[in-house]
Parts: sequence; structure tokens; C-alpha cells
Amino acid sequence: MKARITITLKPGVLDPQGKAIEGALHALGFCSAGNVRQGKYIEVDVAEKDPARARAEVERMCKELLANTIIENYAYELEAA
Amino acid sequence: MKSAVIVFPGSNCDRDAAVALEAATGRPPAMVWHGDAELPASDLIVLPGGFSYGDYLRSGAMAAHSPIMREVIKRANAGTLVLGICNGFQVLAEARLLPGVLMRNASLRFICKDVHLRVERTDTSFTGRYKKGEVVKFAIAHKDGSYFADNETLKRLEGEGRVAFRYCDPQGQIGAEANPNGSRHNIAGIYNEARTVLGLMPHPERLADPALSGTDGAKMFTGLVESLAA
Repeated sequence: MKARITITLKPGVLDPQGKAIEGALHALGFCSAGNVRQGKYIEVDVAEKDPARARAEVERMCKELLANTIIENYAYELEAA
Repeated sequence: MKSAVIVFPGSNCDRDAAVALEAATGRPPAMVWHGDAELPASDLIVLPGGFSYGDYLRSGAMAAHSPIMREVIKRANAGTLVLGICNGFQVLAEARLLPGVLMRNASLRFICKDVHLRVERTDTSFTGRYKKGEVVKFAIAHKDGSYFADNETLKRLEGEGRVAFRYCDPQGQIGAEANPNGSRHNIAGIYNEARTVLGLMPHPERLADPALSGTDGAKMFTGLVESLAA
């Protein structure tokens, strides 16, 4: 199965990169842009056909390495590869 | 005193650390490759500065899971002294030997300069040669040095006296102007509960010889030798 993992900063954690992106958007005239937060997107092929087992595996990948849960949240979708 | 320096792919201060350790201990440390599973008997393990694994994913995240770290964590939990400098601090935080995270500097810039630090306590193996409240000069060289921990963790660290060093001005005043990177509470270094593990962003080994325009860092290494001999 393929996992599409999104990692985002928790609310309240400062994101200077997001702020810089927001500034650049404003400089380009996108006055509507606000509250820009930068995250990460990771794709992983999981050699597992059973969705429940694949889910458990991806959970552990996120907790143990892909996200730092002190500052980041993670979410993912699984689909047949 | 027997010491070991762990070398990760991308470490670049391992030899500086070795020079400072040899000057203080009289013998060269064991240089241990990250892929090794064996760590020689050591009184002090140093995780050096650098850019392990190119800072991929998050600074220190990959190194924290390299084979040798299992042994480092085991030794740290058994009471062996561990010193993480710069990237080494990031690795210790990612390995959960120290709480919190080192995030991108508030300025988004790589900062390389000498900074002043206030020594918060002197009754640890790392700081016996300093005076309480002493202002010392160490060098910083990092882009991910902004110390972050949630309010509850910060309260615990402060309450337990686990802040080792704080960024300050030359007079020892703590404030936003003396904070180079946006670290919460101006934190430059912290201890674990037992004060046997120290992680700090500034580099003591870079100002540990008169030829390097400062020797404040050398006192950390001589202090370690003395505390282990005591």
C-alpha cells in the first residue's frame, strides 16, 4: 500500500519559515494570504496488503522517526499501491 | 579519564573535540564510527557538532537512530557522562535523552559568532571549573539552534535547575537582545535529570586554546577530568 503522510507544526509552535513565505506572498500582492505554516509531505510504499497492519506500521514510522511529536502533528492516507 | 567521540557521516567538529579532550586528559579519545555497535569503555562520550546525515528530515533525527546510539543511550541511562555539542545536542534531543527540540533560528540565518553565556550552576561534572553566574565566551555556529519546549517542560526544567547555560550580554544580563536564535528562556544548554547528560548549542571546544582567541571552553574539559578523578 502507499502511504501519503503530511507533517505539520502544532498550533502555537513558532514557524519563522512560514512567516517568511507569508511575507513573500504579500510582497507579490497576495494580500489575502495569512497564517502561512510550512510542513512536510512524505510518500512511503508499505509492503503490506492488510490495511490495518499497514496503518499500524505507518503509525510507528511517524512516531519513531518521521514526525517529532513534541512540535509536529502527522496525518496520513493509505491507498492500494 | 577515558573518552570517546562518536563520528557520524557529516560530523565536522569531531577532530576539534578530540584536540580539546586530548589537551585536558593527556590522551586521545576513541573515535567511534556511528555504524559500529561496540563502544569502548568510556567515562565520557561526546557527540560532536556538524551536520549528521545532512540534517535531512530534522537536524539530528537520523543520527539519533544510528546503530551506535543504542549503546550511547544504554550508557547514558547507566550514568556515563554524555556531552552533546551543537549537532550533538540536536541528536540528544531527538534521541529523547534530553527534552525539547532545536528548531530553525528565528532569523532563519546560519549564525557563526562568539556569544556570551551565563553558567547557571557549578555543582555538575561539566561545570566544576566555573564560578556560579560566571559569564563565559563560547562560539556558536548553527541554523537550527532555537530551543523549544512546551510550557510545562520549561517549568520543570527551571524548577529542577536543569538549565546549564543561558545566552546573555557581556554583563550577564539575560534578555531578547542577547538571544541569538530565539531560544525559549534564552536556553543554550540543558541537563538531564541526573545532570550526567549535557546538551548545548555553543561550542566549548572552539575556544579551548589561546591560539583560538579564547580558553573559556577548556575549563569544561579540565573540569570533567577533575570531577572524574575526584
